[in-house]
Amino acid sequence: MAKKTYEKPTIIKVESSHSKAGVPMPKQKIRKKIGGVAIDEMVERFGSPLFIFDEKAIREKYRSAYEAFSSRYPNVQFGWSYKTNYLKAVCAVFHQEGAIAEVVSEFEYEKARELGIEGKDIIYNGPYKPYDSLVTAAKEGAKIHIDTFDEINDLEKVADELGFEIPVAIRLNMDTGIYPQWSRFGFNIESGQAMDAVKRIKAGGKLRLTGLHAHIGTFMLDANAYKVETTKMVRLMNEVEEKVGFTIEYIDVGGGFASKNHLRGIYQPPEVVVPTIDDYAEAITSALYENIRGNSYPKLYLETGRHLIDEAGYLVTSVVASKTLPDSRRSYIVDAGVNLLYTYFWYKFNIELTREVSGISEPAMINGPLCMNIDVIDESILLPRLRRGDKLVISPVGAYNVTQWMQFIRYRPRVLMVTEEGNVELIREREELSDIEKREILPDKLKLK
Amino acid sequence: MRIENLAVNKNGFAFDPTSGETFTLNETAKEIIEDLARGVEEKEIAKKLSEEYDVTQEEAMNDVLDFKEKLKLYGLLS
Ligand SMILES: Cc1ncc(COP(=O)(O)O)c(C=O)c1O
Repeated sequence: MAKKTYEKPTIIKVESSHSKAGVPMPKQKIRKKIGGVAIDEMVERFGSPLFIFDEKAIREKYRSAYEAFSSRYPNVQFGWSYKTNYLKAVCAVFHQEGAIAEVVSEFEYEKARELGIEGKDIIYNGPYKPYDSLVTAAKEGAKIHIDTFDEINDLEKVADELGFEIPVAIRLNMDTGIYPQWSRFGFNIESGQAMDAVKRIKAGGKLRLTGLHAHIGTFMLDANAYKVETTKMVRLMNEVEEKVGFTIEYIDVGGGFASKNHLRGIYQPPEVVVPTIDDYAEAITSALYENIRGNSYPKLYLETGRHLIDEAGYLVTSVVASKTLPDSRRSYIVDAGVNLLYTYFWYKFNIELTREVSGISEPAMINGPLCMNIDVIDESILLPRLRRGDKLVISPVGAYNVTQWMQFIRYRPRVLMVTEEGNVELIREREELSDIEKREILPDKLKLK
Repeated sequence: MRIENLAVNKNGFAFDPTSGETFTLNETAKEIIEDLARGVEEKEIAKKLSEEYDVTQEEAMNDVLDFKEKLKLYGLLS
């Protein structure tokens, strides 16, 4: 006789605070495929946990962002923000689509060069650029964005050393009406510091100012802040051209567009609070048209990171154990934790199952495998009783996680990309002991065997 | 052991007359409560579950223990 389908025993006290618990879940969130490929099959082949990127989703996102801007202001160029996700395969997709590279350290600079990006197609940002890296960047014709007066001095030395005038841009900060204001980077517009920097560069006679750059923040929910930013930048450009005589070839408005992720502490869903790419594009390009004088239209650069990649990335994790906690909540222990999900500190993720599970839902928390009390992926979620091996699909996790993840307690897992054609490519191998031990040196006198 | 007094209905609702509290529960939970109230051993309950459902006896045993923990936290079992 065929056995009945097992449902784990579940009992829920009917309480007003948990009023949604104890009833069949109205609609379980299920995701069986990514990029058309079954998630269960990928886990079977490559193990768990797994990061999975959807190539088609990345390209579609990029194209719609490019379209939103180029249809309004044709002279536009995206620079892929490496820090957001510098897996080679991910960067290569953006470069194939036409993006140049935006880097903020010599490490990221080397990574872009290694991938085949020429110096002239690299934007070099960041508050600390080692001297040697400035020499390389200047020689290779990178777009160097100056952050401080000290860096002006460094670059003038580089110009002497190399024997030519170096084209540069300066980074700006300003009040765009948002809080907190990112005032740590670059030169302030309102105080006159930015104009001082321009004059200082002019007086030195060794550098040529060709661009203005700013990055006003990240996950910006107010598109109007970009209108303010762009307006202030164009007005500064006009003033610089008139009073100092530099010709500004480009304006780089940075990154910061939000993704459809759910910020902690915000009640409305991202569909309601997150501006569309057209909102951002309209804010920026309208400010350009309203403030540019004459008929030289500078190139518009964008360093969009999160918005372009977040929703194309998933983390699949498996239930390894479960238990009842003293407060009667259920805890699921899964094989991926906050070591892999840096953005946990900002987001309440979308969590989906790969199969329908029958039964009543109960309040649960999802805990990672670290021996740390803070290893909580979701503190309060209603889930039917899951069994060992059941999978949870966590998203959007494409931005900042595979760069800010930690090798802490556990190895970092494999990363896959599902291609446009529906093939599954391994784009990063799982770590093993030798990856970590390779960098360690045990003094002879401490050798145990 | 208040589970003996629990009034469990067909629709998966249980009422505890001692505290006035209401619970929702599923079929397997109902079966385990009935067995525990009759004094059936944990191991025996797990065996019965594994015979009736597609679950191993080991998994069922863990579930019975976990379920008892939950009943204790709800004050239904001492
Ligand atoms: C200079 C610069 N450009 C671009 C970005 C990308 O930002 P986002 O991912 O918010 O688009 C950052 C992120 O911190 C940045 O510092």
